[in-house]
Amino acid sequence: MVDVQFRFRDDDAVNDPAVTVSAFTEQSNATAVRVEPGDDARELLPSLDRLALVEVAFPNWTDGRGYSSARILREAGYTGELRATGDLVIDMLHHMRRCGFDAFAPEKPLNPDDAKVAFERWENVYQATAVDGRQPIWAKRHPA
Amino acid sequence: MKIVTGNDLKSGAVIWWTGVGWSLDVNQSADVADQGAKIIAREEGVQNVVGAYVIDGEKDADGVRPAHIKERIRALGPTVRPDLTLKPADPAAVNWVI
Amino acid sequence: MYKYDDYDQQMVDTRVEEFRDQVRRRLAGELTEDQFKPLRLQNGLYLQLHAYMLRVAIPYGTLNSTQMAALGDIADKYDRGYGHFTTRTNIQYNWIKLDDTPDALADLAKVEMHAIQTSGNCIRNISSDQYAGAAADEVADPRPYAELLRQWSSFHPEFLVLPRKFKIAVIASEIDRAAMRLHDIGIRLVRSDAGELGAEFHVGGGMGRTPFIAKKLRDFVPIDQMITFAEACVRVYNRYGRRDNKYKARIKILVHELGLEAYAREVDAEFAHLLTQPIEPPLAELKRIQGFFTDPPFAQETGGEVDPDDRDDPDFRLWLDRNTYPHKQPGYAIANVSLKPIGGIPGDATSDQIRLMADLAREYSFDELRVTHAQNIVFPHVKKRDLYALWQRLDAADLSTPNLDTVGDIIACPGLDYCALANARSIPVAQKISERFGSAEKQAEIGELKLKISGCINACGHHHAGHIGILGVDKKGKENYQLLLGGSEGADTSLGQITGPGFDEDGVVDATEKAIEVYLANKQGEERFLDTYRRIGMAPFKEAIYG
Repeated sequence: MVDVQFRFRDDDAVNDPAVTVSAFTEQSNATAVRVEPGDDARELLPSLDRLALVEVAFPNWTDGRGYSSARILREAGYTGELRATGDLVIDMLHHMRRCGFDAFAPEKPLNPDDAKVAFERWENVYQATAVDGRQPIWAKRHPA
Repeated sequence: MKIVTGNDLKSGAVIWWTGVGWSLDVNQSADVADQGAKIIAREEGVQNVVGAYVIDGEKDADGVRPAHIKERIRALGPTVRPDLTLKPADPAAVNWVI
Repeated sequence: MYKYDDYDQQMVDTRVEEFRDQVRRRLAGELTEDQFKPLRLQNGLYLQLHAYMLRVAIPYGTLNSTQMAALGDIADKYDRGYGHFTTRTNIQYNWIKLDDTPDALADLAKVEMHAIQTSGNCIRNISSDQYAGAAADEVADPRPYAELLRQWSSFHPEFLVLPRKFKIAVIASEIDRAAMRLHDIGIRLVRSDAGELGAEFHVGGGMGRTPFIAKKLRDFVPIDQMITFAEACVRVYNRYGRRDNKYKARIKILVHELGLEAYAREVDAEFAHLLTQPIEPPLAELKRIQGFFTDPPFAQETGGEVDPDDRDDPDFRLWLDRNTYPHKQPGYAIANVSLKPIGGIPGDATSDQIRLMADLAREYSFDELRVTHAQNIVFPHVKKRDLYALWQRLDAADLSTPNLDTVGDIIACPGLDYCALANARSIPVAQKISERFGSAEKQAEIGELKLKISGCINACGHHHAGHIGILGVDKKGKENYQLLLGGSEGADTSLGQITGPGFDEDGVVDATEKAIEVYLANKQGEERFLDTYRRIGMAPFKEAIYG
C-alpha cells in the first residue's frame, strides 16, 4: 500500500486493507474499498455506513472519472476517509479537495512545499460542489 | 539519412541536431543513423529540446532536405508568410518546400 | 458588457500566478513535458509546427475596445505583429515564447482576459451568436446565460479531465448563427406558451473525423435549473464517455453508441439527484449579470438612414448591401468587418488593424466588438448615418472587403503552414479560391456560398458544414484535397458529402469552379448554391467534376 502523504482529517488513520467494489458488495465485513476508474461508485451507496475508507484509484491522472466517483459518494452522505491514490499531480490537488477527497496517497511523493501552495492557492471558487463546505463566489455576492 | 528535429524548450524555435548541439539551420543536420532515440532521451532529459523526433532526410549539393513536406515547412517557416520565414529575402525559397 | 468584480479579477490573477509557477517548475526540470503538456493546454498553450502558440479566450465572442487594443499590443510585445481569429471566436498568437507566457497572461488579466481552458479535455470557451443583443429575432440576450456558464465551467473541479474537449454554445433565436447544432451541448433559449424563459438542450453534435448533428435532448429546462441540468449532462459524459480511443471520446460517440434515449435516462436520473444538491446559482446572480448587458444608450431619433449621397459611392454601396445586417433599434445597423481580403489569410489581422478596430468601436459602436465563428469581426451597434464614415476608415486599412457569406468569405484552419496536426496546407487553397472568384462581379453572380477548408480530419475549418467543403489529407507524402458538397450549419444543419477522389491544390480549385458552374447553370430564381444542390443532388456535380 502507498503511504498517505497528506491528510485533512482529525480521526485516526485508517489502515484497513481495501477490497475491490465487487468483493465489497459480496462480502459483509470489509470496511475499506478501492474504486477503480471504471467502477460505479453508486454500488456502494447502500452500505456507506459501514465504510471507514474509500480509496479512489488514479492509474493515470488524466482519467477524471474518480472526480465524479468522489462527489457521488460525498453527495450521498459518506463521511469516512476518501483517499485519492496513484498518479496524483500537484496541480490537481485543490480540485480533488473540492470533490471531497480528504487524503492523498501519491505513488511518487510530491514536493511538500509545492503541494502546500497548491492546496491553499485558491481563495475563492466559482461553483458549489456541495461537498467541500466552500461558499462559491455567487453565494458571497448574494449573502442570504 | 536520419535526422533529429524538435523545438527549443524556452523559445519554441524549430531546431535540428548537428551532432554536437542544436541549430536553427536544417542544413547543419547530422546523420544520426540508429542513434536517434538515444540522443532524444538525453537531450530532452537535460531540457535542451522538447517534442523531438527522428525523420528521414536527404543530403545533396544544396544541403539537407527532409523527406516530408511537414518538416520542410518546419525548416523554412510558414509558406504563406515569406516575411516570417528564415529566408525572408528569397521569394523562391518556398519552392524548396513544395 | 460584463465587467469583472474583485472575485473575477482574483480568479484570473490567481491563475496567472499558478501558471507562472508551472512554467518555473517545467524550466527547472521538476515537470517533464508529459506532465506539463496537459497543464499548459488547460491554459491554451500549444507546441505547434514552428513555435509555441497561445490561444486567448474571447468569451462568447464579445470584447470592448480596451480589450481589443490590448490584443493588438500583445501581438507586438510578445509575438510578431499579428493575431489569428479562430472559429471558436478566440485569438491565437503563433510565435509565443514559453518564458514570456506568464507575462503575456498577466497583461491579459489587466484587461479582464485570460487563456483559461482554451484547450485540453475540459469545457472550452462558451460561444454565442455574434449578433446577440443587437438582432431583432432573439427571445433574450443569450450572453448573460453564456457568462453564467463561463463562471460555472471555469475550474469546475469535477470536469477538468474529461474524456475529451467539450464545447458549449448558447443562442436565443430561431436562426442559428453560431453553428449551435455542431456543439457537444447546444443551448437555445426559448419562451414557453406561458411566457417563461427556458433552455432547449441539444447534445452530441460535433465535427472532427466522425461528424454528428446534435440531437434535441430536452425541449424546456427551466432557466433556474440550467446549470444543474448542464452539470448532469457533463457528469454522465465524464463517467461513461469512452477513454480507450481519443477519436471516439467525444460525447457525440457516447450519445450515438448509447442511443439518445438511454443517455437521456441517465441524465434525467442524475438531474433529479443533483436538484437535491444546492449547486444552482440564484436568479439574483443571473440578474446581476444581466445588468451588464442592458442596451447601450441608443439615440432615439427615428428615420436615421444612410445619406443617399453616400450611397452614390459604388464601393460603399457594395459593402453596405453585403456586410451590414438589420439591427433591432431603428436607425442602427450591425456592421461586419471581413477578415478575408482577396488573396489574404482568413482570420488574420495585424496589430495595427486590431487597434484600429478598437478605436472604431469606441467611436461608432458603443465600445463593443464581436468575433464571429466565421473568423470575422462585428461592430454590433452602428448608427446608419455613421456607416459611411466607418467604412471609409476601414477601407483605408484594407478592412472593407465586401464579401460576407460569399465564396470569398472562406473559413480556413491554419493548416500545415502552422499546425502540428495538419496533413495539408489550407491557407494557400483559400487564397487561390478567393483570387479566382473574389471579384465583385463574380461574387454578385454567385451570391451566398459558404466555403470551408480544413487541413486535416480534425475539421477545425468546419469543412463538413460548408456548402462547399475542402478537406486536406496526406497522400503518400503529398498534399491532397477532397471536395465535399451540401453541408450547412444553420437552422438547416446538414453534413457535406464527398464528391469522389481527391485533387492536388490546383485541381481542387478547378473542381470548385466546375461545381460553381453547375450551380449557375441550374439555379432557379433566387436559389443559393446550397438550395440548388439540395434540389438536383450530387450526380450533376460529379458528372461535371469527373466526367
